[in-house]
Parts: sequence; structure tokens; C-alpha cells
Amino acid sequence: MDLYEYQGRALFARHNVPVLDGGVATTTQEAVELAERLGDRVVVKAQVKVGGRGKAGGVKLADNVDEVKTHATNILGMDIKGHTVEKVMLTVTADIDEEYYFSYLLDRANRTFLCIASTAGGMEIEEVAHTAPEKVVKLPIDAGVGVTPEIADDIVTKAGFPEDLRDQLVDVFVKLWGAFVSEDATLVEVNPLVRTPEGKVLALDAKVTLDENADFRHPENAEFEDKSAVDPLEQRAKDSGLNYVKLDGSVGIIGNGAGLVMSTLDVVSYAGENHGGVKPANFLDIGGGASAAVMANGLEVVLSDPQVKSVFVNIFGGITACDEVANGILGALKTLADRGEDVTKPLVARIDGNNAEAGRQILADANHPLITVVETMDAAADKAAELANKGA
Amino acid sequence: MAIFLNENSKVIVQGMTGSEGMKHTRRMLKAGTEIVGGVNPRKAGTKVDVDGVSLPVFATVAEAMAETGANTSVVFVPPAFCKSAVIEAIDAEIELAIVITEGIPVHDSVTFWNYAEAKGNKTRIVGPNCPGIASPGKSNAGITPADITGTGPIGLVSKSGTLTYQLMYELRDLGFSTSVGIGGDPVIGTTHIDCLKAFEEDPETKAIVMIGEIGGDAEERAAEYIKNHVTKPVVGYIAGFTAPEGKTMGHAGAIISGSAGTAESKKEALEAAGVKVGKTPSETARLMREVIENL
Repeated sequence: MDLYEYQGRALFARHNVPVLDGGVATTTQEAVELAERLGDRVVVKAQVKVGGRGKAGGVKLADNVDEVKTHATNILGMDIKGHTVEKVMLTVTADIDEEYYFSYLLDRANRTFLCIASTAGGMEIEEVAHTAPEKVVKLPIDAGVGVTPEIADDIVTKAGFPEDLRDQLVDVFVKLWGAFVSEDATLVEVNPLVRTPEGKVLALDAKVTLDENADFRHPENAEFEDKSAVDPLEQRAKDSGLNYVKLDGSVGIIGNGAGLVMSTLDVVSYAGENHGGVKPANFLDIGGGASAAVMANGLEVVLSDPQVKSVFVNIFGGITACDEVANGILGALKTLADRGEDVTKPLVARIDGNNAEAGRQILADANHPLITVVETMDAAADKAAELANKGA
Repeated sequence: MAIFLNENSKVIVQGMTGSEGMKHTRRMLKAGTEIVGGVNPRKAGTKVDVDGVSLPVFATVAEAMAETGANTSVVFVPPAFCKSAVIEAIDAEIELAIVITEGIPVHDSVTFWNYAEAKGNKTRIVGPNCPGIASPGKSNAGITPADITGTGPIGLVSKSGTLTYQLMYELRDLGFSTSVGIGGDPVIGTTHIDCLKAFEEDPETKAIVMIGEIGGDAEERAAEYIKNHVTKPVVGYIAGFTAPEGKTMGHAGAIISGSAGTAESKKEALEAAGVKVGKTPSETARLMREVIENL
């Protein structure tokens, strides 16, 4: 889960990383009240999970409450690269002498954590790494050891940070590591980390990604979840414990196993090229077991998407035999009908694997008006795309 | 032969007495796996009857190894306790630990991986979040269905469970030496490259299927390895060509960020290394069939 800047700032503050005083507002009125508390000069920053907000006019300096009012009114509701601004963050301002870059992140390829530090902050680190690679220092961090004051001291030396800031930086780096580990983050990025004319170190930005697999250890971070920004269907699926991602097309997809479902999206997209360019409407993995109850919940979510014109159920029966899967599909349709759901969209089923013949026979015998059974994944994708195109 | 797991593997199950552990212990026994016991400190000293087979429960992996000669552990321990379970297996220096558990925090995976490295990598870790290893006709450790296919010349390595089953099913008449599900998490123990190396050295394996998916650069690195070190024919498949940027596709590791981790870049890298890449699972199976016919 990517956090908004104001959430990252709050998380930094929780770990005593020096940040500017500030707060968040969802209305102009709240922004004005906040500005009155913070004092005369404040920065008003749009809270969106996308870069380039400064260029889009989403970051403004205000010298008085009237200007806060103007800026907050303009920025709230603004569209930045398809993201609507729902919140603004206000902070007091700081004079900046120098800007640095600092981050801890997961290094997948090397199966370890990595510290990236640079005295050239304020811009995209990829850009710096490209134009001035000597200014970017990358150091692996052993998870078993972490960032001790000695290691932080070593980072200061290797990255060439100013000597007079050494003690402050060591302190900040150790605290940021504390935040990274204790919050189960996969990214903690400060860009810029600044030096003020008074020689104080401050984190002026906070980019944090938390590992959702670790949510069970952090009930207090549930508040970071932004339900308003989540697609309502995704939220509904999540509440049912389903792994669902909303996409833009019209062929509803249900499958078992993440890889197989990803593959199904591809195969349907290829098939769609011959049927008016129809595309998958979603990703939905109901898990290896593919039980009837889970199938019913999954079908319910997919069918309630108004964009869906046909549904492709693609199941490989491994441990769960295909006859059980077939009964699951029929059971799911019956469950939905019993719940009073409107079940009218055509459904193409491809079930293969353990006891496939028996499974297909069960579906054939049921003679359900909405179900078409197709033997292979490619042919079934073609049929589902054809039906979605006709229904469009 | 087969790789990592064979008829001589003696298997213990960490978390055997849990519902998933029990269900799959039963399955593995039925598949002919030599299961010699389970580990659960709270039930140590008891015996569990699984379809007429009485399996002892030990307090620790070390004790189970000392008593039974086990060399392989399959881990079904829930996410919150999985890190300690794997570290215990590493401390006991068991040869192979297959971590089936899904949903382990990545800080825990990195921690046990860094720990294994510090201990000299005496334990091969497979997973987490993987279906395990199946060497048809010899042993089955994990959750891979045992009756899809029999022994044969194809070695398979995959990030995805059901795609593995799909490919095994499509090529069931040819058979497999070993299939290794390495898992879809961002940080895993055994990699595509480890499996490619082992398959290259395994005389029973004549050709290799490699299944990848979006996220990370493991496939690109595997391609580089194939170019320089693999002489056996490799057929590839990558899932996620149409996945949007920034959305996690089921597996914690399956996410495209910016230009990194796309299916296209993986396919290009593999093709540049001489790997035939199928557009769909069925086409991949067809390509493998041609490879086997031309051997």
C-alpha cells in the first residue's frame, strides 16, 4: 500500500524523524482553520499518489489566510493525471540551503534491503543516477543487522554528506530504519531531505510503501487505507476475501490461481482482437480450491459490474476435482438466483484437469441456458469475447 | 534422477497438525511421498494417524531429523509464525525446506533468506508462497496434484501454481522429471536460475519449461543465464502481457512499476537467449511438443 505524503509524514513523526509542523484538510474551511494554527506562511500541497503535482499547479505557497483559502479552493477537486485531489496537506515553510536524497527499499533481485543516498536531492533519483551516477550511493543492508549508528555513520561518509551534519544525519538514518522495519515498509523515501540555513536537517517529503502481507501486525495502520479511492467493486471483493482488480473491459474473468488468471487476461485480450477489441473487465482469483461458496461470491462481484457483458470462468481442477468445480458453478448460479440477483449475462466455462470429463458432463446435463462449456482455454476465451462483443 | 526431490527424500511437515498441513500430508502420503513425521512444539510426543499411517510429532526440526533421518521439510506454518519455523529449519541444517505458506511479510522472507546466507546456505529454501516440488513417480512435497502426469523428460520451473498444473496437464503424455514451483512473492529462496542449473545437470531432464510472470527481473536474469550456461532446449511462457501498471496481480510480486517488470521485456530477453516463448499456455505446450519430437 502506497501512502499519501501526509500519511508518510505522520508515520515519520511517529518515529521522531524531523518533519515540518503541518496537517491535512479535506475542505477549504478545514484548510483555513489549520493555517490559522500554523501561522502566516504555509505551503498547500495536493495529496495524490502520482508525480508531477507541482507542474499541475497542485503545490502553492500562501502568505496569508486569504491565499490559503484561494489555493485550497483551487486545488481541492483538481484533476492531476486522472487522480482527483480529495485532500490538501499544509505545512509551515522552511528555508533550504541544500537538498539531499535518501531512501531504504526492498531489493528484490538481491533479496536484501538497500539504502540509496545522494547529495543531489530534489529531483528524480533515476535521473541523477543516469546523469551523475557518482553522486548516487547504493548500500545493501543486512536484515539481520539493520542500520546501527556505525552503519549510518558509514552511509554519511560514503555518500559524502557534509561533515557538520554527521550527527544529525546518523540520528535520522537510524530513525528512518526504525520506521522502515517496525512499520513493515518496502519503501521509505525522503526527497528532499534538506539542510536549513540554521544547519538543521529536515524531511520535507515522505514517500512510504507498506507491505500488505504484514497488515496483521499493524492494526493501527488500517486508518491509512483510503476507502474513498478504492473502486467500490474492489472494496466489496476485498470484504469477501477475494483477490479482485477492476479493469476497463467487458469480459468478466474468474479463475483459480494468480498466474492462470493473469494468463486468462492475456488470452482474452488476444481473442478480443477478433471481436471488436473487447478486453477483460477484471482480474479475479478465487484460489486453488475453487469452492462453490467462493465461486458464488466471485460471480456476484463480477456480475454486479455493469460493464461486464459476458463472463469467462477458467478453472484448472488440481486438488479440487472438476466435478466439484462444475457443481460449484451451478451452485453459485443457484445461490445468486436465490439471493434475488439478476443473473442474465452469458457465462463461458472452461474446466480442465482432474476429472474434467465428469465436470463437463455435469454442466452439459444441467443444460443451464446461460452456460456454454468450451473445452480449451483459447477457444473459451474466443467464445467469451464473441459474446461480450454481441452484448455490447 | 529428478532434481531436489526424489525417491530417497524423507519428508517432515512443519505445521502438519493444522488443517492445511493435515490435508496435504494425507495427499502427499497417497502420492507415495515418504513422510516420516511432523513438527509442532505444542503436540510433541504425540502420534497422528493419517489414513492408517501413524506419524510421530516432534518438538523441533532438529529432533525430527535425528529421530527419522529426514532431509526435507514442507512448511505449512501460518504467516505470523513462519519466519521462526524457517529459521528453525535453517538452524537444523536440513537439506531442503519448501515453504508453501502464502502471505508472509516480505521483511520476514528477507530476514530468513539473509539468515540462511549467513549460515552458508546449507538449506535450500523453496518458496514461500509456492506449490512445492513434484518429481512424478518418486515424491511429491507440497500441494501440486500428484496424478496429473507421470515421469518423463521435461523439467519445469514456475512462479505460478495453476499455470504449472495447466502445462503439466497439456504435456501429460510426455511426462516430467521434476516440476518446481518457486512462488510468486517478491523475495524467494530458490530461483529460476537455480532450477535451470539443476535441470541442466540432471541426465533425466531433456528439455525445460520455464513459466514466469510480470514483476521484478528474475526472468531477464534467467535469460542471461540460459544464454551462457544452458545447452538443453528451453521453452518459456510469461503471464501478464495485458496487466496494467501499478496494480498487484494476485501474487505479491506480480506488479509492473514504470518500465520495470513488464512481460514484453521478459519475453524479449528470453527470445534473445534462444528460448521459444509461447503466447498462450497451449502454444507453449505445442512448442515443447515440437522440441521433444526433434530431440
